[in-house]
Amino acid sequence: MPRISVKVDGVTYSDDVEPRTLLVHYLRETLGKVGTVIGCDTSNCGACTVHLDGRSVKSCNVLAVQADGREVTTIEGLATNGRLHPMQQAFHDCHALQCGFCTPGMIMQAVDLVTENPNASEAEIREGMEGNLCRCTGYHNIVKAVQQGASATASAAGGEQS
Amino acid sequence: MTVSPDAVEDLIEERKDVDTSDNEREIGKARTRKEDERLITGRTKWTDNIQLPGMVHLVMVRSPFAHATITNIDTSEAKTAPGVYAVLTGQDVADQQGSLPTAWPITPDQKAPPHPAIAVDRVAFSGEVVAVVAARTLAEARDAAELVDVDYDELPAALDLKEAADDTVLAHPDLGTNKSAFWQFDSATAETGGSVDEAIEAARADGIVIEREYRQQRLIPAFMEPRSTVVDPTGEQFVMWSATQVPHILRLMLSLTLGVPESKVRVIAPDVGGGFGGKLQVTPEEIITFLVARHLRKPAKWTETRSESLMAAHHGRDQWQRLTLAADKDGKVTALKVDLLADMGAYLGLVTPGVPILGAFMFNAIYKFPAYQFNCTNIFTNKTWTDAYRGAGRPEATYAIERLMDELAVEVGVDPLEIREMNWIKHEEFPFTSVCGLEYDSGNYEAATERAKELFDYDALRAEQKQRRESGDPVQLGLGVSTFTEMCGLAPSRVLGSLSYGAGGWEHASIRMLPTGKVEVVTGSSAHGQGHETAWSQIVADRLGVAFEDVEVLHGDTQISHKGLDTYGSRSLVVGGEAVIQAANKVIEKARPIAAHLLEASADDLEFQAGRFTVKGTDQGMALGEIALATFAAHNLPDGVEPSLDSDATFDPVNFSFPHGTHLCAVEVDTETGMTKVRSYVSVDDIGNIVNPLIVEGQIHGGIVQGIAQALWEEAVYDDQGTLVSGSFVDYTLPTSADTISFVTDNTVSPSTTNSLGAKGVGEAGCIASTPAVVNAVVDAVRHLGINDIRMPCTPERVWKAIQSAGYHSGETTAEAQEHFVEGEANQDQVGNDPSAAVTGEQS
Repeated sequence: MPRISVKVDGVTYSDDVEPRTLLVHYLRETLGKVGTVIGCDTSNCGACTVHLDGRSVKSCNVLAVQADGREVTTIEGLATNGRLHPMQQAFHDCHALQCGFCTPGMIMQAVDLVTENPNASEAEIREGMEGNLCRCTGYHNIVKAVQQGASATASAAGGEQS
Repeated sequence: MTVSPDAVEDLIEERKDVDTSDNEREIGKARTRKEDERLITGRTKWTDNIQLPGMVHLVMVRSPFAHATITNIDTSEAKTAPGVYAVLTGQDVADQQGSLPTAWPITPDQKAPPHPAIAVDRVAFSGEVVAVVAARTLAEARDAAELVDVDYDELPAALDLKEAADDTVLAHPDLGTNKSAFWQFDSATAETGGSVDEAIEAARADGIVIEREYRQQRLIPAFMEPRSTVVDPTGEQFVMWSATQVPHILRLMLSLTLGVPESKVRVIAPDVGGGFGGKLQVTPEEIITFLVARHLRKPAKWTETRSESLMAAHHGRDQWQRLTLAADKDGKVTALKVDLLADMGAYLGLVTPGVPILGAFMFNAIYKFPAYQFNCTNIFTNKTWTDAYRGAGRPEATYAIERLMDELAVEVGVDPLEIREMNWIKHEEFPFTSVCGLEYDSGNYEAATERAKELFDYDALRAEQKQRRESGDPVQLGLGVSTFTEMCGLAPSRVLGSLSYGAGGWEHASIRMLPTGKVEVVTGSSAHGQGHETAWSQIVADRLGVAFEDVEVLHGDTQISHKGLDTYGSRSLVVGGEAVIQAANKVIEKARPIAAHLLEASADDLEFQAGRFTVKGTDQGMALGEIALATFAAHNLPDGVEPSLDSDATFDPVNFSFPHGTHLCAVEVDTETGMTKVRSYVSVDDIGNIVNPLIVEGQIHGGIVQGIAQALWEEAVYDDQGTLVSGSFVDYTLPTSADTISFVTDNTVSPSTTNSLGAKGVGEAGCIASTPAVVNAVVDAVRHLGINDIRMPCTPERVWKAIQSAGYHSGETTAEAQEHFVEGEANQDQVGNDPSAAVTGEQS
């Protein structure tokens, strides 16, 4: 079995994995990072979205071995020093979640989207979040949250794009 | 640590200074939710997250055939595969598994096949479980499942609902028929109205008769969290965690089905990721996981894949509706007759037979119909079982009547809102007894409609529509109206009893006053996204005058919440919330004699307000928290008084609640491509008093989108072999953020009179209202082309075909260029699927 070394939410792990192991299974089953969830088997729902070297990926669509030597951030590693990420705060403030199952993936995708495009319009947000399914909210409040999260992220970064 | 009596006295003394007089009222406040923190940081407890020592993983082997005899199952290779503990077939558990329960026999002679969790000798739908593999890891279980060799002899399958109704092919040959039950309501028989036949005859002679046939396509609830179950057989009780809406019902049914004493079973619904009725079920997989754990004496876990979920978790809707509406020449309705065929699928689930019956009382909607008849035939087919899906019966009814009212408006030549107003119950006529005999307690259809028109800019949009029609714009504008009501807050136990439902409709709550001033609220209504923890905290904070933050809401574990009837039918607040209030009232009454004793006053002289007992006309008083601590210490209580403020209450409503509202939708239909775009959507809902506007708005948004999805996008499609074609999220097309728009929502308030909160349910309202609003809009956009119906979902293909069949051609597009998919070929809807009939809604 191949051995991989991967940094997840700030901690470096070294593990033997079956070549067929998906990143999401590695995160959940080997590392116990169950904050990242699985919602489908066709890469449609986006519930398992994490960041790989700072960019969003659907972790059901990445093999664990592909993460070797790279850095993964999950929803569990998004808050820093006990402070919610502005996007997490925005989802809470805007009631952008109900059952919350899609939420980890939604937030990770939203962070990536606003990093890429801090001034996204509603249409751009809707396009950018299209790969993440939610069955509860009708997306109305998710769009609001991404808008709020974008401006909060921008001000937190002093207006600079990170 | 020891606590000296003095320390307790000191604490009591300290708490005297707590001033609760300026507590802000919590009810009505748009509180952000308590439950969010764990959900946005990934600390959520989903069933699939649970890992127990020695736990085995299960994978189900499922039938690829819709109907077949199982002639042999060879498990030898699978049993010796690495890591495999057991492979069980239906034969192996035949004497233990019992038959899955149905709680709602709608007639005494209702027919139903036995429903084993694992099929024993015959499968009746594609996706039915035929064996289960238990292995050390999920991967090993999955590998071994591939090695289970099942021999089938295929049988003819009953797939089309109308054909099945003719009994040409039997879904269950032993039953001798596909008809499960026939159920009728007739207003003349019930003496709640006149004879439909007489009224229809009269209208044929001198009035208007509209006959239509509508299709409620098959839908899939598609909650985001796949179902998952863990059973731990170690210890004295079997503990089951399950992604379920109904932990209490599940516990009872496990006991009844498997013969295990109820007291030996504990069911926990931890965080549950959505349900929409789809998790209102006792499933084969829950029974199987239980059986395997008991067999191996090890904890066992099963989590479904999405494909399994779409194919085997119960589906919803699936009806043919034949409707006859009679009216006088001015458009005043005189009678409505409804004939339904409802597809049960292969088996009856928990409430499958009753789902159409929940719609029986709602076809008359907000209108004053003098005569009404409802006939429903429940039919078995060899497809996935159906059961409750958000709205359960009421969306079907609402769709039918709101579509018909539009047709009537066209016939009379008036605006759709005008025809509705002519027929609806006026606000001064409440309480109003409907033609079904239900008492609508409150409502104001005029106010909701007026507000919706204003927000929508109705008249301006009508003007734009006119202009586009006149100019022959390829993109036409359609306006859709839905003035809906529904019955929810399930439900008065006596009414359920009269409908032969197997249980009551009460709800239970307890309140525990902790010595540290915190309050635990235990509710029998288990949430899965609805925000009970927040809303219940608001209610209790107001009633007891404690801080919102000091209230902890507990639910979803039969050991903590020993009694409950769970969450469905928009019942949580109006039934469960009222139980919480009543428990809180009991706490206050238990505290009163203790307060009187401590204040050296007469109990009659005490007033309770903002969390404080005060002696009338003095400034003497005590906060509830202070009394809770004194009660805990029990050093100085009146003689004979129980040292506890803890209370519980079970509330059984005397009536349903009847939320209503007016939803208006504008769509743009591209007549060249058939593409529909929702342009604007306004909803004004009257759900009585609102505890938390933020939560309410969220429920409305989500409901609206689920309803729009039925109108435009979603359908569970089977091929002619009975295989689910839309078996993944690639083909079962849930709406995305890019498909949807932002909504304008508002409320009017006509408080419910059947609970002290004055609240009406909101969980299903959006979903019930929006489907007809959207389809009415689509039809309205193309009606001038000679189209009066388009079957749901109104895909671009169906809209385009409707336009082509109606003889309208725009530009150079040719029919040949679009014929990439022959509708009906790979579909359940062969009968009556002649495109011209379907799209023009010809009467059959």
